[in-house]
Amino acid sequence: MKDISIVLSGEAGQGIQTVEYILTRVLKNSGLHVFATKEYMSRVRGGNNTTEIRVSSKRVRSFVERIDVLVPLGKNATERLKERITEKTLVVGERQFIEETNGEKIVVPFLEIAKQAGNRLYVNSAAIGFLSGLLGADKNVLENQIKKQFEEKGEKIVKENIQAALEGYKRGQELSQRIDIIVEKNPDVREEILLNGAEAVGIGAIAGGCNFVSSYPMSPSTSVLVFLAQHKNNFGIVVEQAEDEIAAMNMVIGSWYAGARGLVTTSGGGFALMEEALSLAGMIESPVVIHLAQRPGPATGLPTRTEQGDLNLVLYAGHGDFPRIIYTPGNIEEAFYLTQRAFNMADKYQVPVFVLTDQYLVDSFYNLPEFDLSGVKIEKHIVKTSKNYVRYAITEDGISPRGVPGYGEGLVRVDSDEHDEFGHITEDFDTRARMVEKRLRKGETIKKDIVDPKLIGDEDYRTLLIAWGSTLEVVKEAIEEMEGVALLHFSQVWPINESIKRYFERAERVVAIEGNATGQFANLIQQITGFRIKDRILKYNGLQFSVEELRKKISEVI
Amino acid sequence: MKLTDYINQEIAWCPGCGNFGIRTALMKTLEEMNVDPRNVVIVSGIGQAAKMPQYIGVNMFNGLHGRALPVATAIKTANPNLLVIAESGDGCMYGEGGNHFIHTIRRNPDIVNIVHNNQIYGLTKGQASPTSLKGFKTPVQVDGVILEPFNPLAVAIALDASFVARTFIGDIEFTKEILKEAIKHKGYALVDIFQPCVTFNKLNTYEWYKENTYYLKNHDPTDRELAFKRATETEKFPLGIFYINKNKETFEEAARKGNRTPLYEYEVDFNKLKKVIESKRS
Repeated sequence: MKDISIVLSGEAGQGIQTVEYILTRVLKNSGLHVFATKEYMSRVRGGNNTTEIRVSSKRVRSFVERIDVLVPLGKNATERLKERITEKTLVVGERQFIEETNGEKIVVPFLEIAKQAGNRLYVNSAAIGFLSGLLGADKNVLENQIKKQFEEKGEKIVKENIQAALEGYKRGQELSQRIDIIVEKNPDVREEILLNGAEAVGIGAIAGGCNFVSSYPMSPSTSVLVFLAQHKNNFGIVVEQAEDEIAAMNMVIGSWYAGARGLVTTSGGGFALMEEALSLAGMIESPVVIHLAQRPGPATGLPTRTEQGDLNLVLYAGHGDFPRIIYTPGNIEEAFYLTQRAFNMADKYQVPVFVLTDQYLVDSFYNLPEFDLSGVKIEKHIVKTSKNYVRYAITEDGISPRGVPGYGEGLVRVDSDEHDEFGHITEDFDTRARMVEKRLRKGETIKKDIVDPKLIGDEDYRTLLIAWGSTLEVVKEAIEEMEGVALLHFSQVWPINESIKRYFERAERVVAIEGNATGQFANLIQQITGFRIKDRILKYNGLQFSVEELRKKISEVI
Repeated sequence: MKLTDYINQEIAWCPGCGNFGIRTALMKTLEEMNVDPRNVVIVSGIGQAAKMPQYIGVNMFNGLHGRALPVATAIKTANPNLLVIAESGDGCMYGEGGNHFIHTIRRNPDIVNIVHNNQIYGLTKGQASPTSLKGFKTPVQVDGVILEPFNPLAVAIALDASFVARTFIGDIEFTKEILKEAIKHKGYALVDIFQPCVTFNKLNTYEWYKENTYYLKNHDPTDRELAFKRATETEKFPLGIFYINKNKETFEEAARKGNRTPLYEYEVDFNKLKKVIESKRS
């Protein structure tokens, strides 16, 4: 086996995320490609959460259903995984946790190992050590990572954790000789970075010049707020947890008005409260960047699960007609580059820009080459005002130069009412029409900067798959071996060019793949191009697509 | 640059409206304090009171109903060198924006919050507002208001707001002097201004306010308990500065650690960012 899927399963609060965090780093710094994704319940203790870690000789970036090694860390930890456990699955752990399941069972007394090392609390270190040994990770990398993790807790705790890990390691090694695990190491991987989608959005925001963040905590978007809060003092970013999403969005718009570069991070339900302020941004022509991590709705829905169900929400949110931009990063690199770009585009066009992610993307990790900052530029579009400055000058491209108060000789006067060039309330019908048209012209100008969709796979395709956002890597892996199949992936879903029709016209069959119940993007494509995508592979149970599931469903359609 | 430059010349208020007096008081205040209009931002919500920045030649953010305070807080934080005034009516500030009113006081940004309190909804044609008195009849509250009126001053003092005052626009000079104090004060300053709505509110008229208010004399504004007591008086409503707490850090000082550089001058330290990215190796 060169590509192994490990699943850890246990209760909330047992430290599975810590295991994931340490283990992925140990593996990566041993030169192995890793991917990790979690699924968790909306609770702080109890229940059942799982983490899948894939380890491979080549890059891995997507979720598979297959479980090669399962480590249950508690009672009932296998119950929800029944359908994914086969006779080939190696189930490793305490006797009482693995009794009830299928698969090849191997008892490893993690608790006993932990107690031997000094405390039952070291059980996770024993498990990390075991899996490191099983996969042939470097022993000293393991020691360093454990040390790094527990350094603050003092020497004794570090030492005993390492002891538990090394004992686990030894047992993992013994087992690896019995089964066929050959994951080749690549020293270049050690130099790569390992982070999740939320961190990529956060780093992208900082690289975009973000210096003001106001948000209200809401899963799964909070990790971006936390990331920026952790770095606020380092970069001089204002981070404020607002009383509600309404305040958050209004604050961020206020920050842009005064010349800051502001971000809100939220999820569907939180964004629902921001809708009026989105419309405000449309009317006063304020830039604003909104990171929206989707989760299944309606209402509270499934707070900790994933879906691509909020495309229509961000596309149509806000009363009245005004332009906007919607980016839908397909993977962690795109989450970084598009969030960075979002700030430049918001500033350039004075429109709301969305970075639409989801729980799957923000919570997934994999190793990747360091982001290249050499090509990253912060484009500022603020003008110094002259004495006779007017905020809403009618221009050919629809963009009126944007000044900020206190910078220059003029006054910056913005108004949520329909306004004239001065920003003053008007009820003049001609002025109204001119202003509507000016704002819409901006929407046309934006099309110069569209991020084109990517065609991946067989150039001479007969079947064309359409996807957007976080399904990119899963679809890519699913069609690797398929002939006559290509994927057209959109990391910008609005605006899009009508000319994308040319891709569909070459295909015998076009299939939309979306993580929602109605095919929201397929419907949008029809609206823009007139092309109706009849075949749709949709998923809306709260989980992301798996590679196997897509392989099967795509094959059925073909 | 004069305060009458670049303004919307079409003033949309009814003849005799208390808003005219507030405009006069505010313009006089700014003129007498020699404030450069280019460094002033008036943030307002929606309603007749919220049209104020349309008619004064300063920077203007005429935003959404109830939402002036979060916007004002952010503007002050993004550029602490600006004089930021959040101004709107009682419905906007205390009703639609009630939650922001509470939490802005907790934040304590150095802004002035002027509330045109006419105890009625004017622009929507005469419904009850949060400060309408019990029993007050309107086309909607046909049996009279059955709710207790919202007491903005008592709420503000309970939240330890750093400056709490009330005036009546029948006395423009007095209002002006209070506004000066509010502007000079470092921290959140609430100035609730009784202002007759001559069109819809036939109860709380100029005469009514004259009869039902009195000026605070020999009042110690640093005594919070006393201030709270005065704020809960309803037989006659006191006018003046109820409460001042000078020992509070402002939001922008805390959020920006004393840095007053406008954020439009902000530059990203890419070397630091590179280090953050590199830290993701292990």
